[in-house]
Amino acid sequence: MAGSGKAHLRPTDDRVLVVEDLTVEFRISRDKIVKAVSGVSLDLVRGETLAIVGESGCGKSTLGKAVLQIPKPTSGSVNFLGKELTELKGDTLRDMRPAMQMIFQDPISSLDPRLTVSETLAEPLRVWNKGTETEIQAKIDDLLVNVNLDPSVVRDRRSYEFSGGQCQRISIARALALEPTMIICDEPVSALDVSVQAQILNLLQDMKDRYGLTLIFISHDLAVVKAVSTRVMVMYLGKVCEVADPDSVYQRTRHHYTKALVGSVPIPDPTRKPTGNLIQGEPPSPMNPPSGCRFRTRCAAASEQCAAEEPQLREVAPGHFVACHHPIEV
Amino acid sequence: MTNLLEIEDLSVGFRTPRGNLQAVRNATLTLAPGESIGIVGESGSGKTVLSRAVMGLLPSTATRTGSIVYQGREISDLPRDEVRDLWGTGMAMIFQDPMTALNPTRRIGSQLSESLVVRLKMDKGAARQKSVELLRRVRIPDPEGMLRKFPYQLSGGMRQRIMIAIAVSCGPELLFADEPTTALDVTVQAQVLELLDELRAENNTAMVLVTHDLGVVAGHTDKIAVMYAGDVVEYAPTKRLYASMKMPYTEALLNSIPRLETPTGSRLPVIEGRLPDPTKEVAGCAFADRCPYVSEKCRAEKPPLMDAGDGHLYRCWFPIGGVN
Repeated sequence: MAGSGKAHLRPTDDRVLVVEDLTVEFRISRDKIVKAVSGVSLDLVRGETLAIVGESGCGKSTLGKAVLQIPKPTSGSVNFLGKELTELKGDTLRDMRPAMQMIFQDPISSLDPRLTVSETLAEPLRVWNKGTETEIQAKIDDLLVNVNLDPSVVRDRRSYEFSGGQCQRISIARALALEPTMIICDEPVSALDVSVQAQILNLLQDMKDRYGLTLIFISHDLAVVKAVSTRVMVMYLGKVCEVADPDSVYQRTRHHYTKALVGSVPIPDPTRKPTGNLIQGEPPSPMNPPSGCRFRTRCAAASEQCAAEEPQLREVAPGHFVACHHPIEV
Repeated sequence: MTNLLEIEDLSVGFRTPRGNLQAVRNATLTLAPGESIGIVGESGSGKTVLSRAVMGLLPSTATRTGSIVYQGREISDLPRDEVRDLWGTGMAMIFQDPMTALNPTRRIGSQLSESLVVRLKMDKGAARQKSVELLRRVRIPDPEGMLRKFPYQLSGGMRQRIMIAIAVSCGPELLFADEPTTALDVTVQAQVLELLDELRAENNTAMVLVTHDLGVVAGHTDKIAVMYAGDVVEYAPTKRLYASMKMPYTEALLNSIPRLETPTGSRLPVIEGRLPDPTKEVAGCAFADRCPYVSEKCRAEKPPLMDAGDGHLYRCWFPIGGVN
């Protein structure tokens, strides 16, 4: 797996975001370079939710941040609402920021502990001169009601007085304040209890419908993205393995790595045994990735071809793309 | 068969500025040698406090009543140094956060051999050899090289394996695992759970697995205690619990797990609301405000622990499937 290619891009006019050949490298010493993201392409049609799924270290968070130019990618292009973000600097880049927001993994540390909830939400509105103080305060109440928090109760409290789920609601309200076009959600529920996860996932769906948002949803858990996404992209070690709609990814899995991810999801039923598709060990170092297909060192189906030649993304069924020399037959 | 652990009527409270916070109420549980129990509940349900109470790891602000019998011996009132003697060889704990549970300033080798030298009176050479063997058991590649590393050089999954190696190093009879996989990727979670099963089978170790996820405990426990707001609200053999759960709370917890079978674009079932304020006593059932089947009786009178037979206990006036 771990392939390059752009076969999965959809050349329509309705695209909010087009990323091509994006590469992010970090220099960690004179002769050591970590290639966190290696030539990833993706596009996002208005109103869809793209889930980016993979293990820790596969580059999914780095990819999300590179789209927002924090930091700027090493190479490649990021076209957002018709503007090439990699060529923008200073104020022109800053002017794009209200349209693209982010929700972070750790709901508690991503809020300023010294600010009250109303100050947290007022900050972006004041910075961008969104109305008079009265209008801003009315907007804050509106946002809090939308994320199911009672403004009269929470307005003057600080983040440490809230549970993780409530903090994540506040983070969502903050991301919505400037009425963005796109929100990148980086593992928004992985720090939460199962019971609260469902609440936040439903809330994100509601907000998406209400504000007409386009979402990128980053997660390590395929089960979590199943309900919320319209397209799933599986990543491994900085490359794309498989792209398809959620049902195809789970029911007609073609990539061996995706199969392993599906097999790792715990089954809440003691009479059903796990599928036995566990992969062992951890991904190799992104400083020195394997030749050819990057997944071959952990793949049961690996052959000599996999070491010699990098697989390219190709369409195996309508809308279903896989980068593998020996895809699973379905 | 004599039980390894018998907890009876255990209650734990904390003195806080807002009054007494009742974290655990009258919990009664037993565990046989080699058996594995899952303690399941949301944050704040008292599951961690319960396991810490057994280990003797409660802070000084805690008040505790009830009895904890370990291998036929009452340990709830033992002086601190005698409780310590049980740690490592008797009871051991794997903590939730592998990032902070290891000492950042000491090499893995020295943290791993510490209990071997102190508990098992091994000399340095033997402890080193045993450490390498332990690292190999938890499937760490290049165990010799690992001894020289510091925790910051390792991934979360690697650190959790080190934590497990330390916990099992002195061959404990009873292993506490407090959310051992919550901080990990699903792939690593599956590996770690499988590893725990393997290690337990080898040494007939009993385990208390604390988690908020009913998906995690399903394949790895013999019985399950579901906790809510400090109460054990359902207690049953694992297979029986999933086949015929009685508590609306357990059902809600199970339904809220995201699954691969969930249709795309559908809304997930949620448990609305949150746990009641633990510093206030609730007159009726603590789950009443969030329960879809609530009636007047639930708010007026707290349900007692009722017996459905075959070791299945529950705390509900209107159980799923009716009272048998």
